[in-house]
Amino acid sequence: MKNHLLIALYVMMLSTLAVAQDDLLRELQASAPAAKQPVLGTFKGTRIVNGHSVETSRQGELEFMISHRFGTLNSGGYFLWGLDEANIRLGLDYGITDRLTAGFGRSSADKTYDGYAKYRLLRQHTDGTPLSLTMQGTAAYQASYSREFEQSSAQDAMSYAVQALLARKFKSFSLQLAPSMVHRNSVDQNIAVNTLFALGAGARVKVTRSFSLHAEYYARLNEKENNPYHNSVGIGFDLETGGHVFQLIFTNSVGMTDRIFIAETDGSISNGDIRFGFNIARTFQLSKQGY
Amino acid sequence: MRVLLTIALLTGILLTGHSQKYTLQEGMVQFYSQAVLEDIKAVNTRITALFNRANGDVALIIPVASFQFDKKLMQEHFNEKYMESDQYPNATFAGTISGFDWSRSDEQPVVARGKLTIHGVTQEVTVPGTLALTNGLVVMKAAFTVKLEDYRIKRPQLLWQNIAEQVEVTLDLRLKPQP
Repeated sequence: MKNHLLIALYVMMLSTLAVAQDDLLRELQASAPAAKQPVLGTFKGTRIVNGHSVETSRQGELEFMISHRFGTLNSGGYFLWGLDEANIRLGLDYGITDRLTAGFGRSSADKTYDGYAKYRLLRQHTDGTPLSLTMQGTAAYQASYSREFEQSSAQDAMSYAVQALLARKFKSFSLQLAPSMVHRNSVDQNIAVNTLFALGAGARVKVTRSFSLHAEYYARLNEKENNPYHNSVGIGFDLETGGHVFQLIFTNSVGMTDRIFIAETDGSISNGDIRFGFNIARTFQLSKQGY
Repeated sequence: MRVLLTIALLTGILLTGHSQKYTLQEGMVQFYSQAVLEDIKAVNTRITALFNRANGDVALIIPVASFQFDKKLMQEHFNEKYMESDQYPNATFAGTISGFDWSRSDEQPVVARGKLTIHGVTQEVTVPGTLALTNGLVVMKAAFTVKLEDYRIKRPQLLWQNIAEQVEVTLDLRLKPQP
C-alpha cells in the first residue's frame, strides 16, 4: 500500500517536470502583472475634421499641415461644384515635449493668423487612466477685419479660444467631447455674443489599419437667436501612409481656426452648403531621441 | 524494494523540488532590420525572465509596446499597425536550454528550444546562443532571425517601405538567483 503511494508520488513528480517549462512562463506571468501602456492612436491626426483632436505632436516632431476647403457643392456646374473656389490654411505644429505642442498657421479665410498651444494633461492607459485630456488655447488675428474697419485697433481683430479635449479609445472606436469657449473682442452686438460657449463631439472608427472614418459636430450653446450662422458639421475619411495623413472632408464650414468654424460657420446643411476639402499632414522628425 | 523507492523519491525531490531559479536582474532585447529607405532599430529593456538551473527551463516576457524607436511615429505604427500590441501586448518564450556544462563557468554555446509567441502566433523554435556564469549571475546571449510572415505580421506596402521581411533579434540577459 505504502509502496503504491510512493510510486504514485514519483509519477506525479515526473509529470510536473514535463510541463515545467510552461509552468515557468505561467509563474512569470503571475509574478509580473501586465505593464500599464499608453493607448496610442486615439485619433490618427491632430485634427478630427476642422477641430483639434486630443492628439499632440511627439517630441521633436514638426508637422506641416495643408488644409484646403473648396466652395460649396451646391454652387453649380459653372463653378465646378465648388472646386473653383479655394480656402487654405498652412500650418506648422511642433512637439516641444511629448505633451506640449505649439503651432501657428495662416488661413485665407478672413486673412487669419493663428497661434496655439496644446498640452496633454492625461493620457489614457491600459489598466489605468480611463481618459485622455488635452487642453488647447488659441489666439487669432483677423487681418481682414483691421482693413475693413480702419479706425479699429488691432485688439478688435483678435479672437481667443480655449478647449478641453476629453477622449477615450474603445478598441477601434474613439470618442471625444470638447467643451469650448470662443471669445471675439469685437462682434456685431445685434446678432452675436462676444463670448460663445460650444460643445464639440468627435468620433473615429478605425476601419482598417490605415483607413478610418471621422465625424465632428460643434453645438453653439449661447448664441443669439437671430444669429445667421450654423453649427459646424464635418465628416472625414483618413488615409495614413507612412509619414503622411490624408484626410478627405465634407463640411459646412469654410475655416480651420476655432473662431471661423465654431462661431461663424456660414453653410447650412439643409441648403446643401457642403464643401469638399482635405487636410494633408506631413511629419518630419527634427530631433532624434537617444535611448 | 522500499529502499529503492525511497531513493527514487529522493531523486524526484531533487529534480523537481530543489529548483534553483534565477530571475532577471537586467536585460535587453533589440531588433534590427535593414530596409530600403532607412534601417529600423528598437530596444526594449522592460522585459522579465525566469530560469530554472535545475532543468534548464527558461521563460521570457517581452511587452511589445515597450520597444523604443528613434522615431516616435514609427513606434506608433509598429504598435498600431503591425504588432497590434493592444490586442497582443506581450511576446513570450517558454523553452529549455541545453548544452551547458555546470562544472565550468566560462561562456559556452547552448541551444534553447521552445515556443516563441509573437503577435498571438506560437511557433516552435530552436535558438542558438551562449550561456556563462559570471559572479553568480547567469548571462545569456542569443541572436536569431524572426520572419514576419511566420507570425502573421503584415508587411507594409505602398510608400512605406521601411520594414523588411525579417528582423534580426538580439537578446542579452543577466539573471540573479531568486531569493
